[in-house]
Amino acid sequence: MEAFVSLANGLSVAIQPMNLLFALIGVLLGTAVGVLPGIGPALTVALLLPVTFKLDPAGSIIMFAGIYYGGMYGGSTTAILINTPGESASMATALEGNKMAKAGRGGPALATSAIGSFVAGTIATLGLTFLAPYLVDIAVSFGPEDYFALMCVAFVTVSATFGDSPVRGLTSLFIGLTLGLVGIDILSGQSRLSFGIPELYDNIEVTTLAVGLFAVGEALYVASRRHVHEERLEAVRGSLWMTKEDWKRSWKPWLRGTAFGFPIGALPAGGAEIPTFLSYSTEKRLTKYPEEFGKGAIEGVAGPEAANNASAAGTLVPLLTLGLPTSATAAMLLAGFQQYGLNPGPLLFAEQPNLVWGLIASLFIANGMLLVLNLPLVGLWVRLLAIPQPWLYAGILVFATMGTIAANPSPVELIMLTVFGVLGFLMRRFDFPIAPVVVGLILGPIAESQLRRALSISLGDPMVLLQSPISATLLAIALIALILPFVLKGLGRFKAVED
Amino acid sequence: MTSSPQRRIDVAGLVIALILLGLAGLIWWDMTKLQILSPYDLGPKVMPIIVSLGLTLLAVGNAIGAWKGDLPARDSLDWKPIVLILGGLACLIALIAIGGGFMIGTAILFAATSTAFGRRAFLMDLLIGAAIAVLIYLLFAKLLTLSLPAGPLEHLL
Repeated sequence: MEAFVSLANGLSVAIQPMNLLFALIGVLLGTAVGVLPGIGPALTVALLLPVTFKLDPAGSIIMFAGIYYGGMYGGSTTAILINTPGESASMATALEGNKMAKAGRGGPALATSAIGSFVAGTIATLGLTFLAPYLVDIAVSFGPEDYFALMCVAFVTVSATFGDSPVRGLTSLFIGLTLGLVGIDILSGQSRLSFGIPELYDNIEVTTLAVGLFAVGEALYVASRRHVHEERLEAVRGSLWMTKEDWKRSWKPWLRGTAFGFPIGALPAGGAEIPTFLSYSTEKRLTKYPEEFGKGAIEGVAGPEAANNASAAGTLVPLLTLGLPTSATAAMLLAGFQQYGLNPGPLLFAEQPNLVWGLIASLFIANGMLLVLNLPLVGLWVRLLAIPQPWLYAGILVFATMGTIAANPSPVELIMLTVFGVLGFLMRRFDFPIAPVVVGLILGPIAESQLRRALSISLGDPMVLLQSPISATLLAIALIALILPFVLKGLGRFKAVED
Repeated sequence: MTSSPQRRIDVAGLVIALILLGLAGLIWWDMTKLQILSPYDLGPKVMPIIVSLGLTLLAVGNAIGAWKGDLPARDSLDWKPIVLILGGLACLIALIAIGGGFMIGTAILFAATSTAFGRRAFLMDLLIGAAIAVLIYLLFAKLLTLSLPAGPLEHLL
């Protein structure tokens, strides 16, 4: 009940004309950049952060959330029409979706993914609405050591548990943690890893890191292997509308996809790849038309796409209630909050209920807008794919550098951007995941301050981390999540030998 | 830089491990210069110690991976576009550092990137880049009231 009242209050914030406008700008921008190959929602928010910091906080956070949801819709369009998904979460969609587009059923593929995204997004946002107050109640009782332990869980799951290689994932995380050390330590006033460079004293900007890794790094990487890889755009042929048969085959995968996506997104586990692939393999197993899989089965688009959106909404649960970002985009949203001096977590629900619930309510509105805008305007979005690649990447780099110097007018900031770009290029080349670096930079200093608070209360005794039952349990979970991939890898090797 | 399935030891992977080890050492050295204010706990030193030790372990892990040749296969690399894009960025940084404003630098960056992606119309792209720079300048400076580093050209607007 409490959730309903809060949501109704939030709705009254969200339907203010200015906020509706921000939501509309957000979903339009999000869809546009989601469609563009090479720009994901994380980069969009990163690019827009410095540009928006003089705007109204509620409005721009609503806009960022619109970008987040819009980016998911746009990404699936690209996955279906070009066989190169912009983000790993759309990989499962591309499997069947691109086959459908090649077979002249691009329209129904886009429709089932848009409607499935709407269904999943709405259910998952409802889940967020009802789950959030409970989590806030639990989180209020957390001490600093419990928070630190919770962040350890997030660190491990984001970097090690679900990636290709736990060692490379953890390496990325620790690069992020290292960058988080740079600058003046707030508690003691001493500078760390700054080497006398004034720009380094006030910490490394999350936006500079994210824009460097995602925009410059991606541009360098794509340019360096243009000769290997060529993209081809499928035209949307046939009717946009789904037949009765399509509906019948789609609605169950939508719901099953949501059931996979939301819980996995809501756990501090990060990554939409797991639920999308779980959904894909489930649909493949349950379908009545197994012969169509691999040739363009609509279930294989409907399920993963719903899972993708549900997990995106699920990610907002730990972000808003605990201040815990579990994906690169969530980390950028957190940076968006911090830009206005707001810290997501239980306190934010108490201090700024209008802002939080206004944001949650506007997620419903954004979702509705996306459904209405996406299908009729799909022709317009597809035209964005016709922008020549040289101009697209040149434009991205120009906007990236301009945004960076608008925030910090100093050549040193641009040098850092370039260095992070080279880092992003090397990480892509050697297959290190990018998201843990961003999460490490933004969450590292928060984890450190919680750890030090816990240690100063216990007069320096590290056993405090094990004496709190919550903290001890969470650390045990983190340890299991750390060891599990190594054990499973061993099992996988064993199985491979057996085959 | 290309790795073939036959080769066992991945040299690039070993270099990565060495860099991580160096980074761990750097953090440790930097940590030793910090002062502890409270007699009870390590204060600002706690996190650097954790990160430094973690990086050392990961350096070992990466080295083992490289030794076994566990790194994923890599495509061949075209260096020319990388040099072009980084060169464009360097021009922009240099121009801003000497007070030349961002507009010329932005135009050069746009044209260089576009060339890196295979277009052969440098002068045309230079003009397009300049036009985009003017648009962004007007958008940022007039609409969003953000300041961009100005040089002689920007003062004309």
